[in-house]
Amino acid sequence: MTLRSYVVSRVLLTIPMILLLLTIVFVIVRILPGDPVLVHFEKQATPAMIEEFRRELGLDKPLAQQYLDYLLGLLHGDLGKSMADFSSVGQQIFSAFPATLELSIYSMAIAVLLGVFLGARASRSYNSIEDHSIRIYGIASYAIPVFFLGMIFQLIFGIWLHLFPTGGRISLGMEPSGLTAGDFHLSTGLYTVDSLLEGNLSEFVEALRYLFLPSLTLGMVLSGIFVRLTRSNMIETLRLDFVTAARARGLSERAVLYGYALRNAFLPILTMMGLQFAALLAGAILTETTFSWPGLGRYLVDRIAFRDYTAIQGAIVFFGLLVALVSLVVDILYAYFDPRIRL
Amino acid sequence: MRGRIVVQFLPRLASLRKRGLAGWITIIGLVMVTGVVLMTLSAPWISPHDPNEIALGPVLGPPSWSFPLGTNNMGQDMLSRLIWGGSNMLQVALLAVIVCVTVGVPVGLLCSFAGGLVDKSSSLVMDSIYAFPGLVLAIAISAMLGPGVVNMALSIAVVYVPSYYRIVRSQVLSIKELPYVEAARTIGARGRSTLLRYILPNVLPSIVAVATMNFADAILTAAGLTFVGLGLPISTPDWGWDLTYGRRLLPSGIWWVIAFPGLMIVILALGFALAGEGLSELLNPKLEQ
Repeated sequence: MTLRSYVVSRVLLTIPMILLLLTIVFVIVRILPGDPVLVHFEKQATPAMIEEFRRELGLDKPLAQQYLDYLLGLLHGDLGKSMADFSSVGQQIFSAFPATLELSIYSMAIAVLLGVFLGARASRSYNSIEDHSIRIYGIASYAIPVFFLGMIFQLIFGIWLHLFPTGGRISLGMEPSGLTAGDFHLSTGLYTVDSLLEGNLSEFVEALRYLFLPSLTLGMVLSGIFVRLTRSNMIETLRLDFVTAARARGLSERAVLYGYALRNAFLPILTMMGLQFAALLAGAILTETTFSWPGLGRYLVDRIAFRDYTAIQGAIVFFGLLVALVSLVVDILYAYFDPRIRL
Repeated sequence: MRGRIVVQFLPRLASLRKRGLAGWITIIGLVMVTGVVLMTLSAPWISPHDPNEIALGPVLGPPSWSFPLGTNNMGQDMLSRLIWGGSNMLQVALLAVIVCVTVGVPVGLLCSFAGGLVDKSSSLVMDSIYAFPGLVLAIAISAMLGPGVVNMALSIAVVYVPSYYRIVRSQVLSIKELPYVEAARTIGARGRSTLLRYILPNVLPSIVAVATMNFADAILTAAGLTFVGLGLPISTPDWGWDLTYGRRLLPSGIWWVIAFPGLMIVILALGFALAGEGLSELLNPKLEQ
């Protein structure tokens, strides 16, 4: 199979999966017991008001019609209207998304770097005290609620040592504006990128200071799985003949470890990055809430507090689509790097 | 039939201490879990105060002789709340794992054994759920079902059923092709008895390991749901609630309200994770690394 036909077949496979996912969300929000509109008002509205409310949101139509409207709306990028003020959920999500994206990128980077480094060290000292303690770290990082770890970091580095801010994305008034040259304007919404585009180094440092604790928290919690993966892959690879041959040629242990064995673990790590993306988003919800990080997760938690079911549905659909898209991209990358997968 | 499975397990587990690191990890994990469970069960006898009684001590008093773990903003004794606070979480986790096993295992067994379209379509459904960020799905279901132990357990169970389905399916697919299953069929075993007598016993060890690990997931998800505001009613003391409320006290440097309930969640989840890790190595020697 050529890469192109693999891509086509993989994309075609994603469609029923997405459709199924959208249906599951629809079933959960609209069909499970508990009428969203009634719960939203907590019985504090007249029947006429509720009727009006339903009409405004399109919730008075038959379920099949609602389902169709929901799917057709999504095709146009319409995620529905908020129950709170009838504003577009899609717009709110898109404005909150860059914050989540930035947190996710840095957290994933920390998770992979930390995980691969520790995993490689563990494999080098297989079955020693160092190896065992790194393995315990791997299991322990899995068992700590991410928000608890975040609070510990806030307490130590923010409140006791005053080293890092404990909440928010940047100090008020310092939001970078991105690159502006005449009529041309480029802004990514990622503060670390925008501040560099603007050429403002102090904003960049400030953005990093705010990013540090949340991304360290989320990165550490996710790093355990990369420790485990790198370790087991490298232990296996280090037993192979080509590694012995490399050692026999007199290459330094460091070169063997990082140049030979680690390179072999690259594809599994890439796949794991894709698989962990869902866990990353779930962790981001809790991390954002802990650090008052104005992203998608906090948006979702805010909407839960307001019992804004249409917004909750929109946010969940967005999370689902994001995960489907990322897993598609990772699979295609994998097929690109490893032609065997296309067979 | 059940007797046979037990006989298969026991020799492997009886000599945990002689089984090296995996054995020790399992023992340590089980001790941690048992400790927490015993503490929670004996709460009515060992708790020094009523966990819900307000104005019992000073408001936000740090750990002291009379209140070893301090008091919270309502003057409640944190030690008593700690001793009582695991009950919700344990109930939710136990119920969630039971639902997962009773749904995931039979569905996985039947669908993968049947093969063909049944297998394909059930796999598509399970994979779609599996790919979804677990906490997001649990939040959605929990937000719609409303608070309650059963509802919380159900919303967690939906997230983890696919894990069981997948492990059972992958095992059945490989075991189905083994010569001894072929032999059983040749001597006249029917579909049902092949599945129950020849395949299930070999799938069971993986299920035990997954279920143990799954307790940790369920506990962490339950804590996460509480943290985003979808917890159980506040009338019962709960580590998750104390953590959630303690977050607001953190800026004033009040650490004791979050530190101890947080540690308890870590001990419980870590205990299950260690036991699950150890068991999966002990029960699946092939995976040993």
